[in-house]
Amino acid sequence: MRRGIGAAEFGRDFTSPGIFGARMSDFLRDYLNVVWFAVAALAIGGLLLGLAAAIRPSFPSAEKNIAYESGVDPVGMGWSQSQIRYYVFALLFVIFDVEAVFLFPWAANIERYGTFGLVVMLIFIVLLLDGLVYAWKRGLLRWV
Amino acid sequence: MISVLAVEIPYWGQSLLRVLGGLVAVLLPAGAIVYLFLFKMMSFMQSRLGPMEAGPYGSMQLLAEVGKWLQKEDISPDNVDKTVFKLAPVVVLLSTFLLIVVVPFGPEAVFADLDAGVFYFLAVGSVSVLGILMAGWASANKYSLLGGLRAAGQLIAYELPMVLATLGVVIQAESMNLNRIVEVQNTEAIFGFEWLGNPFVITQFLGFLIFMIAVQAELTQPPFDMPIAESELVSGYMTEYSGFRFLMFFIAEFATAGVFAFIAATLFLGGWGVPFEWFGWDNLDDVSWWMNIVGPLILFTKMLALVFVIMWVRFTYPRFREDQLQTFAWKFLIPLSLANIAVTAILKVAV
Repeated sequence: MRRGIGAAEFGRDFTSPGIFGARMSDFLRDYLNVVWFAVAALAIGGLLLGLAAAIRPSFPSAEKNIAYESGVDPVGMGWSQSQIRYYVFALLFVIFDVEAVFLFPWAANIERYGTFGLVVMLIFIVLLLDGLVYAWKRGLLRWV
Repeated sequence: MISVLAVEIPYWGQSLLRVLGGLVAVLLPAGAIVYLFLFKMMSFMQSRLGPMEAGPYGSMQLLAEVGKWLQKEDISPDNVDKTVFKLAPVVVLLSTFLLIVVVPFGPEAVFADLDAGVFYFLAVGSVSVLGILMAGWASANKYSLLGGLRAAGQLIAYELPMVLATLGVVIQAESMNLNRIVEVQNTEAIFGFEWLGNPFVITQFLGFLIFMIAVQAELTQPPFDMPIAESELVSGYMTEYSGFRFLMFFIAEFATAGVFAFIAATLFLGGWGVPFEWFGWDNLDDVSWWMNIVGPLILFTKMLALVFVIMWVRFTYPRFREDQLQTFAWKFLIPLSLANIAVTAILKVAV
């Protein structure tokens, strides 16, 4: 059961049997549109690249196919070892992002949960902030 | 719209119409942004005329550019990981097309009416960085690798302020459906003051600012353009790309700017509606059918206004250093947006 604005109120009628039959719910229909858009994006990309491939010239040479590093011959492999400085940030991001996911269902029903929900979620947000302050004090938020 | 025409369109026809509409909704803003802002506004801000030769005021310049890029040789160096290298621009373009699906253009003119629309665009918006990381890694070039890693680091830092700024809107609208968010903005009142509706740009002004800063960073537009900083990384993750694949990155960049501006307009500026009390509609059923035609134009206007601001900032400010960029997100924007959520929630429950 869809709350608020449903497809029926919109006047959109999906009862005509399509290629997937009439039994598919509106919910899945909407996500099927997402799939069509993905297919369309791939088709457009392929079409344009195919067109370009049909038109453009191709004169490969050994010098042209060297990696471009400002005109100097590249030193070593392109996949050189590099320090990924932000792996701590990445860990923090995962924690925060997952916790933000918990905030959304409450936010969408904030009036229903009322004061009780508000107090609980404020404690939750303070805990989130506490984690950030902890990382800050440990010096993890410094770009080294 | 489909019921208005009173013609029974089969499902494949509806899907085809939607996809064609989506194509227009992605490419038209991209073209408009590149011509109006990147060619003309940038030139005027730098006291020059910009393209003037192709067509009146250079208006045919876009066609000339596409024609030019179609003829360019597409070089893929010997060392690159060929499959990933060639797939990366398509993945970035794919992300743009997946984003436009969720934007409502009118009461019925929606591509997909997703109840978890806010979740959806936050999730799909990150796919482009996957493409950028693919490009950076597959290029087998030190500049590209650094650029790709920087892009990933930047996304990690600015995704959270964006999520938390959106949360303020969800608290106010009590829904994650974008069309419901538009409806709330156009029909509700600010503390009993009904004349203007309740566009969240007023009641969530802090959230709006945080959201726009995060958008600027996610689009890697200056001043947040460390991933493609041309004075140190040549062109970052795009260094090895040439010909039409480069143009695909370029199109996707500005199309994504348009789509994010569409989303920002939907979340904060009242979407396809004009939030004034004298339009006199209380829910989506009251809206006349012609809003499906006028609505997209209104949303397009709001999008152009927002992209104007993004570009204005782009042409004005110097680039952030990488550590400044991270510090700004983690030590300023995230605490600020958490405080914004707390205040919004308290006001929402108390008032």
